[in-house]
Amino acid sequence: MSATVKSGQSTGQTTGQDPAQETDQETDRARKKRAAAGAVRRTWTVRTAGGLSLRLAPRAVWTGLLLLALALAAGVALIGSGDYPMTPAEVLATLTGGGDPGQRFIVQDLRLPRVLVGLLVGAAFGISGAVFQTVSRNPLGSPDVLGLTQGSSVGALTVIVFFQDSGFAVAAGAAAGGLVTGLAIFLLAWQRGIHGYRFVLVGIGVSAMLYAVVLYLMTKANIVEATRATTWMTGSLNGRDWDQVWPAAAVCAVLVPLLLGHGRGLRMLEMGDDAACALGVRVDRVRIVALAAAVVLVAVATAAAGPISFVALSAPQLARRLTRSPGPNLLPSALMGAALLVAADWSSQQLFGADQLPVGVLTGLLGGGYLLWLLVTERRAGRI
Amino acid sequence: MSRLTAEQVTLAYDQRVIAQNLSVAIPDRSFTVIVGPNACGKSTLLRALSRMLKPAAGAVLLDGTAISAQPAKKVARTLGLLPQSSIAPDGITVADLVARGRYPHQGLLRQWSAADERIVRESMAATGVDALAERCVDELSGGQRQRVWIAMALAQQTPLFLLDEPTTYLDIQHQIEVLDLCAELHEEQGRTLVAVLHDLNHAARYATHLIAMKDGAVVAAGAPGEIVTAELVERVFGLVCQVIEDPETGTPLVVPAARRRRGGRAAAPAPDRAAVTAAS
Repeated sequence: MSATVKSGQSTGQTTGQDPAQETDQETDRARKKRAAAGAVRRTWTVRTAGGLSLRLAPRAVWTGLLLLALALAAGVALIGSGDYPMTPAEVLATLTGGGDPGQRFIVQDLRLPRVLVGLLVGAAFGISGAVFQTVSRNPLGSPDVLGLTQGSSVGALTVIVFFQDSGFAVAAGAAAGGLVTGLAIFLLAWQRGIHGYRFVLVGIGVSAMLYAVVLYLMTKANIVEATRATTWMTGSLNGRDWDQVWPAAAVCAVLVPLLLGHGRGLRMLEMGDDAACALGVRVDRVRIVALAAAVVLVAVATAAAGPISFVALSAPQLARRLTRSPGPNLLPSALMGAALLVAADWSSQQLFGADQLPVGVLTGLLGGGYLLWLLVTERRAGRI
Repeated sequence: MSRLTAEQVTLAYDQRVIAQNLSVAIPDRSFTVIVGPNACGKSTLLRALSRMLKPAAGAVLLDGTAISAQPAKKVARTLGLLPQSSIAPDGITVADLVARGRYPHQGLLRQWSAADERIVRESMAATGVDALAERCVDELSGGQRQRVWIAMALAQQTPLFLLDEPTTYLDIQHQIEVLDLCAELHEEQGRTLVAVLHDLNHAARYATHLIAMKDGAVVAAGAPGEIVTAELVERVFGLVCQVIEDPETGTPLVVPAARRRRGGRAAAPAPDRAAVTAAS
């Protein structure tokens, strides 16, 4: 047995010069302890007589449920806050058909769509961030880095500056910009299939070019347009209504299950293309379908709420640290994204007053802090 | 009989042709080892046999049908591969990694059958990593890690098992450990093994069928005892040597000729070497 084995206990024990005997005993004890703990916590298996079986990691299940509860609670709190505050009980009563007509109007027409957009957009960013990071094998893979955000910005700003249009047209422009950018990155990065790091590198290049276009468009804008453009680029949930809910809901309803269905294949891809292929994963197909779905989700989410920064970047990493399970953690990432975005929107309202601060500013601040923390921990772990 | 064959394949990366009209048959239930100098195409051949590389011409046949035309998961239930390098996901435990080998036998609603559980346990036992089951793969030594990857491929339960340089980067004792494990899998479980190895002596000791390649072509194929001669080694590797009998196993042992003897002993000309010099 090798003496380089570490027991995982920080007793200051040196491994190099110790008699091998002692090291082995030490690891043996650590292992037994871990195995004893593992026997209870490892996995839940559900099997039916018909040969169906499911395997769940309890920690991932609890994390998922917790995040879902958190997202919904933040949603209720967000509906209750504003110029006409409501208690959570009133919100729940109104949502389930009670309340007076005034409350019903406020909840159903004004605030519920905003919360739903927040939940859907957050989930879309979270899950697509998880896909980008898994495929590129890089914790920094995200739509901001890949240029999809800039593509959407170019689309939206073109509509704002050259057509002086607003509302649906801006959203359509943003969606088109994101999709065209995604397609361009695909074509430029294509080399007998799509490879993660090429996709990221091409994306970074495209991002830089598109940012230049954004700056050009800003110089062409008058002051009113420039203000609107800047607000849009910050990303905000202010004044979102049912017109934004339906497209986002429809796209999520199709693509999120599609991505979840590819989750197992994506998990195998983590081990490298060769290992995944050896296990019978159709590597190219899984990668292309997953990336395409993620691009569409990001484009539609950005169209609905603007390019809210850092949700896609941080949600998967946070989810992964909470579930402590390897793999893309698609569903926890989606739930984390939804919870993060709605909680951030609620916090910004509490801190700065209703509709004062676009949520994108707060996620940007939080995300920057998160990024620093990630760098520090990764550095400590010796990975950077 | 051969379940796995390459028929007149041309192997190329983009425009760079590695091998042309190459035909190889892997004898069933053999431990086949492919040897040859660097860049002779041995790893490329293994990549083609394991469907990682699609031949530019010709076909790799598995059970008589082109391997590329068969469903990916079905192939993965027949043919396993230990790639040259794989990435262990951050923080994954040995048991979880080995369990991933069951992927081709699973589905969205058949994620973890009783058979999966048993086979993962057996695979870990067969490779001697059962005691490490709950440990993180990151904290294992190189030799242990390689055994974990082999356990994962074993859990795939394929009658054919391909290994791409399984001993690279390992210390000598871990190299032997891994090769002994391979021999065990071959003898006791009756699997067909195909490995690319760098070390000719390892190949000659462990292989039941040896394929020697040079410049993208097969120079010789057969039992090591029959084909490994000083003449073949010089032809394939350009190395002047003696071939003697391995005192442990009786298989051929390649001893490279010394340019200069140490300790001032008289350099008695070795008979084999003399023969080689005379022949060339």
